[in-house]
Amino acid sequence: MAAWSPSPRQRERDAVRRRLQRRSATVATLATVVVLGLLAVVILTSPGWARVRETFFSWEDAKASFPEVIRAFGKNVLLFLLAEPLILVLGALVAVVRSTTAAALFPLRLLATFYTDLFRGVPTLLVVILAGFGIPALQLQGVTNDTFWLGLGALVLSYGAYVAEVFRAGIDSIHPSQVASADALGLSHGQAMRYVVLPQATRRVIPPLLNDFISLQKDTALLSSIFVFEALFAAQDYAAYNFNYTPIVVVAVLFVGLTIPLARFTDWMGRRMMRRERAGAR
Amino acid sequence: MAPLLLLALGCAPVDSSTPDAGEDPSESSGPSDSTSASAEADPAACAAEAVRSPGTLTIGTDSPAYEPWFSKNDPTNGEGFESAVAYAVAEQLGFTGDAVQWTKVPFNSSYAPGEKKFDFDINQISITPERAEVVDFSDGYYQAAQAVIVLKGSAGEDVTSVAELQGLRLGAQTGTTSLTAIRDVIQPDTDPVVFKDTSAAKQALLNDQVDAILADLPTAFYITAVEIPKATIVGQFQPETGEQEEFGMLFEKGSPLVECVNQALTVLRDDGTLASIESRWLSDVVGVPELTP
Repeated sequence: MAAWSPSPRQRERDAVRRRLQRRSATVATLATVVVLGLLAVVILTSPGWARVRETFFSWEDAKASFPEVIRAFGKNVLLFLLAEPLILVLGALVAVVRSTTAAALFPLRLLATFYTDLFRGVPTLLVVILAGFGIPALQLQGVTNDTFWLGLGALVLSYGAYVAEVFRAGIDSIHPSQVASADALGLSHGQAMRYVVLPQATRRVIPPLLNDFISLQKDTALLSSIFVFEALFAAQDYAAYNFNYTPIVVVAVLFVGLTIPLARFTDWMGRRMMRRERAGAR
Repeated sequence: MAPLLLLALGCAPVDSSTPDAGEDPSESSGPSDSTSASAEADPAACAAEAVRSPGTLTIGTDSPAYEPWFSKNDPTNGEGFESAVAYAVAEQLGFTGDAVQWTKVPFNSSYAPGEKKFDFDINQISITPERAEVVDFSDGYYQAAQAVIVLKGSAGEDVTSVAELQGLRLGAQTGTTSLTAIRDVIQPDTDPVVFKDTSAAKQALLNDQVDAILADLPTAFYITAVEIPKATIVGQFQPETGEQEEFGMLFEKGSPLVECVNQALTVLRDDGTLASIESRWLSDVVGVPELTP
């Protein structure tokens, strides 16, 4: 049997399709070049551009401030790396407590509800300032007055409340038949929670958790108000002496550079979990 | 902006042996060329013609006049740093103590534009480019020293030298010469604690989150006398680096007396009078020792 070859009509159709594709690609490219070019021309030729560039995009100032800024940025990174696991544990714990049904656990449920209501309702900055200035003023024995750790505690308390609610939503989203099945298999309530509900709930809440964590990374900058010398404060400190705001732009770039890989990683992790959960089914 | 800034840095009067460098950058009038030419000139001859009413030197300051700048709210007694400086300058200008008249000038109106009822005003007025637009300043007669503030009875109270400060937890406000002094002069073992404002610094001192805070001496007097009576100034030092705040005598814009006073200040600085007045009234009398390096 002779090898199949497309009919002349099919070839014609293909040619037309290719031509159309080429044309739309050309138009898209041209349009992009024209629009971005115009935008660049407008910005670069505007009378204030030289001052904008000098104030916000000065290479000299970026270089001069970078060692101090990157050193301080290490504090931001350390803060959220330490805070994130603690927040996860606290949030999961509070969510599990709120999902219990035993009558004897009512006081715990009450406390957990009170905690989430309180800390979700209070501005994070307020908690940070209360911890950083308020706690040391009490002069408590055995309690640190290092604002780094106090601020870390404030972030954990504040974000724990958000994450608890996210977890609770995840737990509530698991169909009751799952628990019933676990029950039928002879798993206790706790075992059902641990082996059936929580693993599925966690997978579902990964995207909203990521939102909270990006938010947390940015909120580490709030600790500058309790004199933790983190990246934004370091940049402001430079600006206070040199009247140049480039370091603040540098900090912005650092934060964005930190969140984008994290977003991609979480996307990848979510897809992998989804694949495993569906076990090949479409 | 940038050239002005550079100029300001270049003019930072870190070395008292070159008084010409103390000129304010935004002052376009004559003093800069006259000061250098007049090293040999006679301030008295200069001043005789330049004062408002011949034979009398009228000096302004606020009331009440605070310690240690004045003494017992009486500027005429020649006691207190600024009173002593004022009489020393007056003597150089050829006025005896009796020929000096004092007049009350509220601090906030002293640097307002317009006609003045004094020959010069001496009232801890910092020389700033904004003020120098509308009034004239003499060369600085005092460069703010950095003061170390600790709580009474705390670890830092026995400090006698800058080197001893290295082991303490030090703090200062961002954007100040005090923070620069910690970073460049003291170079402590642990990173300095940086504050957004002085009130945060004061709270941290009270809460034992730092051992000592630094501020310029005039601010430190206020903090320890009024705001935190539990705190004390253990010492002061002149950081011979960066740009320090300077007090200058204030004149009506365009006053011919500026040059005469600058000549007088040059003489007083060169013969050591200014330094001895400073160490007497701002160190010995107030009990704030100079920290050795």
